[in-house]
Amino acid sequence: MGMTITEKIIARHAGTKIVKPGDLVMARVDIALGNDVTLPIALDEFEKTGAKEVFDKERVVFVLDHFTPSNNVQTAQQCLKIRRFAEKYGLIHVYDGGRAGIEHVLLPEMGMVLPGYLVIGADSHTCTYGALGAFSTGIGSTELASAMALGEIWLKVPETIKIEYHGRLGEWITGKDLILYTIGKIGVDGALYKAIEFGGEVIHQLSIDSRFAMCNMAIEAGAKNGIIEADEITLEYVEKVNLQNKEVQILESDVDASYSAILEFDCTLIAPQVAFPHSPGNVKSINEIETITIDQVVIGSCTNGRMEDLRIAARILKGKKVSNNLRLLIFPATPHIYQKAIAEGILDIFLEAGGTICPPRCGPCFGGSMGLLAEGERCVSTTNRNFVGRMGHIKSEVYLSSPAVAAASAVLGRLAHPEEVVSKGAK
Amino acid sequence: MKGKAWKLGDNIDTDVIIPGKYLNISDPKELGKHCMEGIDKEFSQKIAPGDILVAGENFGCGSSREHAPIAIQAAGISCVIAKTFARIFYRNSINISLPIIECPKAVEKIEEKDLLEVDFGRGKISDIRKGEEYDFLPFPSFLEEIIQDGGLINYTRKKLKERVH
Repeated sequence: MGMTITEKIIARHAGTKIVKPGDLVMARVDIALGNDVTLPIALDEFEKTGAKEVFDKERVVFVLDHFTPSNNVQTAQQCLKIRRFAEKYGLIHVYDGGRAGIEHVLLPEMGMVLPGYLVIGADSHTCTYGALGAFSTGIGSTELASAMALGEIWLKVPETIKIEYHGRLGEWITGKDLILYTIGKIGVDGALYKAIEFGGEVIHQLSIDSRFAMCNMAIEAGAKNGIIEADEITLEYVEKVNLQNKEVQILESDVDASYSAILEFDCTLIAPQVAFPHSPGNVKSINEIETITIDQVVIGSCTNGRMEDLRIAARILKGKKVSNNLRLLIFPATPHIYQKAIAEGILDIFLEAGGTICPPRCGPCFGGSMGLLAEGERCVSTTNRNFVGRMGHIKSEVYLSSPAVAAASAVLGRLAHPEEVVSKGAK
Repeated sequence: MKGKAWKLGDNIDTDVIIPGKYLNISDPKELGKHCMEGIDKEFSQKIAPGDILVAGENFGCGSSREHAPIAIQAAGISCVIAKTFARIFYRNSINISLPIIECPKAVEKIEEKDLLEVDFGRGKISDIRKGEEYDFLPFPSFLEEIIQDGGLINYTRKKLKERVH
């Protein structure tokens, strides 16, 4: 019996030839990641292990992206604790201040995650890196502490669901629409404990940015990881970022690999998708919704703060104005993306339209800072969760969409199809 | 352990267990005060020490925040019974030694405020009001080792010592 790509990566890191779903293994980790939400607890736990140093200074990565620049004294204290720890243990990969960006966009961009890697991170959206053909999954603070000390982690080999996407994508349809569509179909626990392997001709024509958006939200279907086999598009991306020429392992699922389910979706008729409150699984096609007026639009996050996202939003917002009394917040995901967006004139377009350009951080996505919602307010957001109170008041509402829908909605002040703002075929 | 049942629905997410605005707190007591605030602002005050949460599918879905099981534990909850758990929440609970049980049958039968008793040794949940018992499976032996060691940190300390020798 063959193995899936997920099984192969886990087997290699467990130092064994064959694993099968249900096996419990100790696996070596290539990268252990923490952020300013999960690290404060992890660092206390690390000290309790009695470890004198982290397992490998090149492989432990800290990103202060949730609560910086600090919005109150408590978060400032929390960040200070992380900085002191990093100094004490001589860590190299600490991204703070002007070097910080949103972790799951920053790490690939810096060539720190490559195909075939096994990455664990104390952040649920660590599953993003599956877009590069890596195995990556989220863990909690105590596990991060243990992995920082041991350089390994116990994993239960997951069963894999294969989802194949066929047909041709319509205009404005991106990875975000495909993943929302998928979660709408399989549910928020549709892949509980499992790996999702995304495949089919549509996936292998998608940009790397769209693939990141898809794998990013695998967790929203309950998955342990989302993964896409590396292809030419992946390798072209990797060549640009892998400046240190680290070893890359291109792995593929065997033809006789075993899957717990194989699903096939015809994408030709998929319209822009929106997840209504209060679940990423409460998904509707934009063509079948009533009028939803909105107060705020957020474009950014580890799902959709990349160049492709900003370019699409700019294409819609060019020469337009944001609707009266609506706040448009844009978070380019990393300093590099921020600079590139300046160079391409994209930030000018947003400013002309009446948007606010925010720092490369998580912002209001998790209810942290910069753009929380008041009672009764509604927000269209390119982020990944719309749980009760996620972005502020318990009686506020978040509608998840692609950057195209978010930008069009910002112009019209209500949930809108991009075609309502930009005529068909116009570039 | 013995306590009153608090029934919850499916897909209870980490944001309602402990909202994002409290993630700059790491003191368990403080976190406990805000436990389940996304569902009921007074929830933590209603809990008596030892009470048991009884939830549906996918309990603890969403973020990786360990603050969620910590808040539940600090609020005085002795055990969480659910049909299924989200995987990060499941791991986090084991690591901080918050007892969790997957038992769909018990969840179907138990009603709000029923007095429950859980016996991990025998793998049984008793609904004292109803006079019924439900069996659940023990943890895999590998996880049992972590639990026996008193949580993941003790297990890690043991592993580090083994490496030195």
